[in-house]
Amino acid sequence: MASFKPTKIQVYPKLGEKVTQDTLYWKNYKAPIQIKEFGAVTNINYSPLAPHNYAVTAYTRIHIYGPFSQEPVKTFSRFKETAYSGRFRSDGQLLVAGCEDSVVRLFDVSGKGALRMFKGHSKAVHVTDFTSDRYQILTGSDDYSCRLWDIPNAAELSFFKEHTDYVRCGIASKLNRDIFITGSYDHTLKVFDARVDKSVMTMDHGHPVESVLLYPSEGLLVSAGGRYVKVWDLLKGGQALVSLKNHHKTVTCLCLSSNGQRLLSGSLDRHVKVYNTTNYRVVHNFDYSASILSLGLAPDDESIVVGMTNSVLSIKHRKSPEENKEVSGQRRKQPTYRVFVKGKNYVPKQDDYLVSKPVKQHFAKYDVQLKRFNVSKALDTALESWTKFRKPEITVAVIKELDRRGTLKNALAGRDEQKLSQLLNFLIGNVVDTRFTPVLVTVADMILDIYQSVVGQSPVVDRQFVRLQELLEREVDYQQELLEVLGMLDTLFATSLPRKEVLCPGSSRPNGLTQGDVGASVPQLQAA
Amino acid sequence: MVEQGEIRVVHRGGSKINFRPPLITNDSKFLLCASGECIKVFSTSTEECIHDMQGHTDRVTGIIHNPSNQLQVYSCSEDGTVRLWDFTDGILIKTFLINCPVFSIYATAEHVGVLFIIIPVASNGAAEMFQLVAFHLPRCGDQVVEALDMSAVLSSVTSNPGSTAFGRGGEYIATANGLQLEVYFFKKQKSNRILLSKSTKKGAKNDITCIACHPKEDCIATGHADGKIRLWRNFDQKKDYTFRTMHWHHTAVNSVRFTPEGTNLLSGGVESVLVQWRFKQENQKDFLPRLGGAITHITVSPDGSLFCTSHSDNKITVIQSCVKVSAVIQGLVKSDSARVDLMIDPRSKALVLNGKPGHLQFYSLRRDKQLYNLDIVQQEYIHEAGLDQFEVVKAAFDTNGKWLATVEERRLKESELEINLKLWAYDEQTQSFVLNITVSAPHEHRLTAMCFSPAMEGGAAMLLTAGQDGQFKAWLLADQPDNKEEGASWSCDFVGSYHSLEPRCCCFSADGSLLAVSFQEVITVWNPASWDLLTTLSQPPGAVRDLCFGRFSCSKYLLGTTAKNQLCCWNLLTCSLEWSTSADVSRLLSEPLSENVAAFCCQDGVSSLVVFKPSEPRPLFLHRALCKGKVLQAAFAPRDEMLDGCEESSQWLNRSQLYFLTPGADLMTFLTKVEEERLMAPANQLVIDDSVAVTPFHLLLGKHREQKKQDPHRAPTQGRSQLPQGSIAIKELLHTPAHVLPSASFLCSMFVHSLLISNSEHRETKETSEEEMEMESEKEDSEEEETEQNASRQDAVTKQGPAEEATAPALTKAQEKELRRVKKMDHSWLSSLIDSQ
Repeated sequence: MASFKPTKIQVYPKLGEKVTQDTLYWKNYKAPIQIKEFGAVTNINYSPLAPHNYAVTAYTRIHIYGPFSQEPVKTFSRFKETAYSGRFRSDGQLLVAGCEDSVVRLFDVSGKGALRMFKGHSKAVHVTDFTSDRYQILTGSDDYSCRLWDIPNAAELSFFKEHTDYVRCGIASKLNRDIFITGSYDHTLKVFDARVDKSVMTMDHGHPVESVLLYPSEGLLVSAGGRYVKVWDLLKGGQALVSLKNHHKTVTCLCLSSNGQRLLSGSLDRHVKVYNTTNYRVVHNFDYSASILSLGLAPDDESIVVGMTNSVLSIKHRKSPEENKEVSGQRRKQPTYRVFVKGKNYVPKQDDYLVSKPVKQHFAKYDVQLKRFNVSKALDTALESWTKFRKPEITVAVIKELDRRGTLKNALAGRDEQKLSQLLNFLIGNVVDTRFTPVLVTVADMILDIYQSVVGQSPVVDRQFVRLQELLEREVDYQQELLEVLGMLDTLFATSLPRKEVLCPGSSRPNGLTQGDVGASVPQLQAA
Repeated sequence: MVEQGEIRVVHRGGSKINFRPPLITNDSKFLLCASGECIKVFSTSTEECIHDMQGHTDRVTGIIHNPSNQLQVYSCSEDGTVRLWDFTDGILIKTFLINCPVFSIYATAEHVGVLFIIIPVASNGAAEMFQLVAFHLPRCGDQVVEALDMSAVLSSVTSNPGSTAFGRGGEYIATANGLQLEVYFFKKQKSNRILLSKSTKKGAKNDITCIACHPKEDCIATGHADGKIRLWRNFDQKKDYTFRTMHWHHTAVNSVRFTPEGTNLLSGGVESVLVQWRFKQENQKDFLPRLGGAITHITVSPDGSLFCTSHSDNKITVIQSCVKVSAVIQGLVKSDSARVDLMIDPRSKALVLNGKPGHLQFYSLRRDKQLYNLDIVQQEYIHEAGLDQFEVVKAAFDTNGKWLATVEERRLKESELEINLKLWAYDEQTQSFVLNITVSAPHEHRLTAMCFSPAMEGGAAMLLTAGQDGQFKAWLLADQPDNKEEGASWSCDFVGSYHSLEPRCCCFSADGSLLAVSFQEVITVWNPASWDLLTTLSQPPGAVRDLCFGRFSCSKYLLGTTAKNQLCCWNLLTCSLEWSTSADVSRLLSEPLSENVAAFCCQDGVSSLVVFKPSEPRPLFLHRALCKGKVLQAAFAPRDEMLDGCEESSQWLNRSQLYFLTPGADLMTFLTKVEEERLMAPANQLVIDDSVAVTPFHLLLGKHREQKKQDPHRAPTQGRSQLPQGSIAIKELLHTPAHVLPSASFLCSMFVHSLLISNSEHRETKETSEEEMEMESEKEDSEEEETEQNASRQDAVTKQGPAEEATAPALTKAQEKELRRVKKMDHSWLSSLIDSQ
């Protein structure tokens, strides 16, 4: 005698990104904290010293936030115009910032007023940094020049004017006190050596350079400008290593993860992309609400701070391991080990007669009902699994099974207002899901056939019918638009592809999920 | 042209065992069932077939116990005979000639010497009318008796044995025909008819489908087409009869049966649930659900300890009276819609074809036994007519049997076709196929063809599917490195199309370097490594129907058949048509182990087979008129050991055997003469005493015992070696029970005759006594020496032939059989004489 075969729940392929170690790692952040600043957040810099405060430069202020505070622990507001590039010194004691009024100010982190003012630039200073010996300051300005300043006496040490456009980014080497790198809107990156008073290396990025970043080993340099992120090998005399084009708007900021294995780039297209630094593939992607101007990563990747043009600072903290445990701890207490082994470890004696008991097969609730041919109850229990666990595939599988048995109509009929509205809720929630549409459309048809005579008796059900109608109308419009876009793309592909004997444009489609493919292509199309 | 000389088309296995209810013997150890032209005896405990009782020349239609001897059974057949058998030894005792087809047979202990049979009404030829006749067994010792003493009891019965039943103590007989229930009382010599109304209400159908009588009380149970069971009482009254209705079945009741004591009523129908009703407490029921196909018959053993149910999927289930399945006897399942092509599992060499709905059956050709069913659909089968169920429509094995691909579809409507492609990996541990991946909707429309590429060493396995959506897809096996716990996975590697035509069939060359896909009239040849279209071949008019590459020395040829009755052969080196001929080929098949190609042609509704080499214009073999209708499914099964037939026309069968399914879903094969002789030779296999359970221990001991048994024979034979008693034939003669031997007069002449022949070579007899001894011991494992015996036997036949014809002027079947046996024994003995000369 064959046993009852339980309903097969179809496992649907997960559309979208695959779950990798990276996605697990980068998804393990809490919901972001949003802080409204006074203007666009142009720079975020972490203090190298514990507790790793960070300086946020926005409009005419620099706020210093503690690692977990939502209020600034300190504010520097002695700027007359927009401040730029507030950076900590490697000992975390001093902070330097440029300003629209061409004056560079040096602050003591514990003090209030500016310790020093460096005047000499004629235009806004967008770049400031400390050299590795802590006694000098590097600045770059919109007057095309960069300068080195001595901190103790606030005097200019050297002056370089090799760029032919605004200098908008720069970084000083952490290993050599005399070397620094600047990027400019003249599309070039220049490596300067203070000892020879001129640039020793020039690299052409091809677009106005927005940001530069040195690897900890300082053998590799990363630059961002236009839609491109480029990596240069300094040891090979500035040879371009890779050029990444993953953003579709200007890349504005760069950041390395604490272990140096991942590179992050933020862009005006509202995305932060995470690259693997061994093969430079995008391994993860963050979405934000507005164009990103600045990006900061706390040591050990404890938090990601992103500053945007809409003057919002978004802070994501990593979930602590205790919290993860808490979630699992909320589960119902399992019976103890003793319960399971009860009687199982009894060793039969020699002349014992063993009575074998047939093992009872356990079924899911809906299967129990299906086995008894209780079709309505089976559908009810299946709907329960949707309301409780949000697993529409189970409900859809049961509906499919009922349809196969030819009893779906019986199961749908004879429902009161509450049960019908539950069913309609399910339909409204899932009918536009491409995986379930074919099944649920027939269900909707049947429901309309069965209950059309009683329409108008219950306001709740009527409202749901109207909602369903609106949903379907919207979906039809949407599909039509998609088809139009698809048609346009087809013509584009047809002209761009070299003519070959056969091959259709969709030849590299991964599998038969054509419907799913159409759905998956939607976000890309929108973004384009 | 070679005509069919020594190659015969034979039925291969899997005749119906569910045609008529089986019979359980009084001791419940054996189960007898009609299977085509023979009666098979199964053991109820081991499910093994013990022996066949052969003798009828047409379908056997019924088996009953001989009421006066519990070791004998009567059987009736459409060949117009009733035969009496001893089922323990499988010996035919008597034959009664009826001279018209017999459809059913009944007997009761109370009517001594009378059998009741159902035969067609002689006068009416057109409409099928049947009558129940009582037939008095003639008291005559002859083997074959003409039955003359027949008297009609009831007219207007049906041929269905389930719709007639004998009542308590054989006092009355109840029969149902459509809506009419007729009870005939033997004492009063009159019958009472009860006519049901056509339908009462709610579309109920009152047609009586089956009938059973209570063994102790005056009560008749009838099963009806709408699933009701009625228990009738007082049916001897014209008007005052009463009945009680019980309703559980939702569709027609196919069989009702009372247990011998009358305490329980068993019923079964389409829903495949055996229901046990307590008699007089009908609200108490026991169920045994999910037995398999629809229940067609229920049988109860005479002592009531066993039930057995026959099912529509050619299965007999043996059930203990505690409603527990104890054994299943499964024949070859004949699927109504066999859509999967015949295949040979490369691993087990089993034939794979559609079985139960949603299953593939693996059928061992050598043992004529179903090995197992692979559940492809994995869904609960709902026994209900008119339901749209999943069907397995395509299946393919890769070359080493590691992967199995299946396609199932459910034809909801054209728009909402559900198709699943499933890939199964062979699991060494469980020795079966395990589902690896399911691809839902691999194509947007129905699949037209599917094949695996012949795996090269180290190359990844590739599956090709072609669909009606105008695309063919290549699915590649890839071991995913990132998540190892997943193991092997399949992904779509390439989607190809050709002018948006519909691909019809696809085929890989033997080395997997070329792929041919046909798109209506055009055949496209691709390179599966780079997916370049190499060339296109076409021979209009007519869409290409079948494709196959030549093998070995003919691998440069590509063969194709078109819908416009053409068989074409292209040379792939020159990309030109080599030859073409006009033939309506329904199935083209290349033998995997040689360059031969088999083509089943259809002409005027009759199929014929042509076997040829693509390189030679002359066909190797031609067999006309195989069967009616088109042969669409065929397969070459490789032989375990090569046959060394030297006849030119049968050489193509040396490496593999060709099986095909006729449109009537009969499995047929071709048998050469050499093979036939081998099969006909007495099977000297170890016969296991059926009363003992077969354990390895028993096998060991049993062998030992048999050896012991033979030892005492050796000693005396050595003593009196001159005497011809040493001959096996004579020994056989002496050991056979006297009551089953043919008449003494017949035996005498034969006995003397055998002595005469041995005397003619008298001198050798003395010398060869020792060889005789050897022969005896060799008898146990004479398999290998059989071929040599065959050769010598032919000589013997020629020698004996004329003499026999003189002695036996008119031999009946039984006599012939006996003679044949004696002859065989004699030959082996004689052949050793000849050899020793």
